[in-house]
Amino acid sequence: MSELFDLRFLADHAHYFLFIVLMMTGLYIVVDKTNLVKKIVGLNIFQVSVFMFYISIGKVSGGTAPILPMDDKFHVDTEAMAGIAYSNPLPHVLILTAIVVGIATTSLGLALIVRIREAFDTIDEEDITHIEQDMTREDNAKHGNAMGGMA
Amino acid sequence: MAVEPHTVEHTARTLMDHLPVLQVLIPFCTGPIIVFLGSRRLAWPLAFVASALSLIVSLMLLWQVKDGGYIAYTLGGWEPPLGIEYRIDAANAFVLMLISLIGTITLPYALISVADEIKRRDHTLFYACWMLCFTGLLGMVATADAFNVFVFLEISSLSTYVLVAMGADRDRRALTAAYDYLIMGTIGATFFVIGLGMIYMATGTLNMADIADRLADQGANRTVRSGFAFVIVGMGLKIAMFPLHLWLPKAYVFAPSAVTVFLAATATKAAIYVMLRFTFSVYRPEFTYATNTLEMIFLPLAVIAMFSASFVAAFQTNFKRMLAYSSVAQIGYILLGVAILNETGLTAGIVHLFNHGITKALMFMGVGAFVLRAGGSFYAQIAGLGRQMPLTGAALVIGGLSLIGVPGTAGFISKWYLVQAAFERAPDNPMYLAIAVSVVLSSLLAVVYVWRAFEAMYLMAPATDIRAKEAPLLMLVPMWVLAIACIWFGIDTDLIAGAAAQAAAGLFEGSQGMLEMKGAVH
Repeated sequence: MSELFDLRFLADHAHYFLFIVLMMTGLYIVVDKTNLVKKIVGLNIFQVSVFMFYISIGKVSGGTAPILPMDDKFHVDTEAMAGIAYSNPLPHVLILTAIVVGIATTSLGLALIVRIREAFDTIDEEDITHIEQDMTREDNAKHGNAMGGMA
Repeated sequence: MAVEPHTVEHTARTLMDHLPVLQVLIPFCTGPIIVFLGSRRLAWPLAFVASALSLIVSLMLLWQVKDGGYIAYTLGGWEPPLGIEYRIDAANAFVLMLISLIGTITLPYALISVADEIKRRDHTLFYACWMLCFTGLLGMVATADAFNVFVFLEISSLSTYVLVAMGADRDRRALTAAYDYLIMGTIGATFFVIGLGMIYMATGTLNMADIADRLADQGANRTVRSGFAFVIVGMGLKIAMFPLHLWLPKAYVFAPSAVTVFLAATATKAAIYVMLRFTFSVYRPEFTYATNTLEMIFLPLAVIAMFSASFVAAFQTNFKRMLAYSSVAQIGYILLGVAILNETGLTAGIVHLFNHGITKALMFMGVGAFVLRAGGSFYAQIAGLGRQMPLTGAALVIGGLSLIGVPGTAGFISKWYLVQAAFERAPDNPMYLAIAVSVVLSSLLAVVYVWRAFEAMYLMAPATDIRAKEAPLLMLVPMWVLAIACIWFGIDTDLIAGAAAQAAAGLFEGSQGMLEMKGAVH
């Protein structure tokens, strides 16, 4: 029993479970929803889960914010620094970049949806698939009879 | 106590020392300049000059590293692992050369094709986007910093989505093609980042050589393995590795012709390079998890791709869509070479990466010329056009022969290496005999689908009475440069095969090569 429900293990790894739940939620929305905007929302949740994963691995237990102590001349005070544990700031910096990329992706996706709405008059994937199937059928009726209908 | 600022010895640097970063920086700066100038007349010349300069830079880089060795460049003078490092060796100099070569050859072609297919007011932004896409592809190949790869990957991907969507002026399905690509591409890139996060957890560094160093010390554990899996799946989506290729046919068919030429020849190739770098340099060949992945997963998937995608291609009614499926099959050949896991196989993969790049660029250029004259790429629309446009038709025939792998064309060389690599492994494992046979058999499928296009071009009666004019000179010249290259590299194999063998040897040394390089830095 204790091996199955090792509470300490679960508590220590809570952020990983959170990450995986969020990630799967996002992926599921992307795959399942037919509304194009909802897909973008799912994609956002998926990306945010990765941001949280990165930020959580930067934490050093007992660590404080990585701001170096300064003396009155604004030089780094190395004496005050000794003995302080700092969290790792690098993953946070990486994620700043990834957030920018995420925003760019979202805005581009939404812009495409606006254009799709103008061109197809719907933002539902199933409707669009139907319209595209009709277009393909039309194309084939028009051009597909080359080579004795074998093409 | 205050820390004294370090005194750094100043050494004068020449432009030659900055070549690795110039490779990326030239197109990167040109994109915004085009936007700020906002002039439609200046956009194309600027883009062309930037591409030509990139080509010169990449040739100079390849010249320096073609006999082994590498160039390390630290951005801003910050030493790795703190700073970002660019590292040019034979493998990535080769891919940089391919990308800038295709970029430079495609732009003259694009001038007329884009004017025909895209609204005038979008031209400036189109070339700006093109430059950004070019930058992203060059950057993800040049860099030696794992997270930097992601940043450049996204630069190239985001601009690619825009470029694909530009096809909407001709067919509104380009929009949904771009949207689907955006969803799949973002999932792929995010998987790649998750993988990097896990590698970072295990090693605490992002510099590739440093990661290789620390992975060698700690051996395999679950974090390292899942990191590898995420990186490979993420890149697999970008490569369009079967069965992650679903975005590719639609994106290639509905994108503007020039964009298809550029993407087919470069985008998937840059992603393949990143995958090779991770499997062979960051993780080492001795890391059995990686090699098992290649053998157990890549090998069967590559063979399935070769057959199934070729089979699907044979049933298409649209020339462009046929070529898109053929691309999926050809990517199968490249991955097969890599998965055979010997130096000849890796050489075959890299040679085919180049040969398929120029061949497919040539084919898509020919189709683009037909689209310009006939308004579409269905076989019924291009019927008889090979006779009416003899120069375009002849170039397409050369491309088609190279796609099949007929002796005397570039495609033959890569398939020769591929079969040779399979035979080298055959004494230990008879399965590789079957693989050698399957390379030949799937080439026969290529005969079928290429023949159908030839039949439409030459043997079918034209759809209309109006005679189509030959393609304009600006399109013919790039086409024929590539057609001659297809034959040239099919006869003179020293240049490409030599560079590819050097690249393969460098990669196959794996982290050992990386570690020795690292030693050389200090």
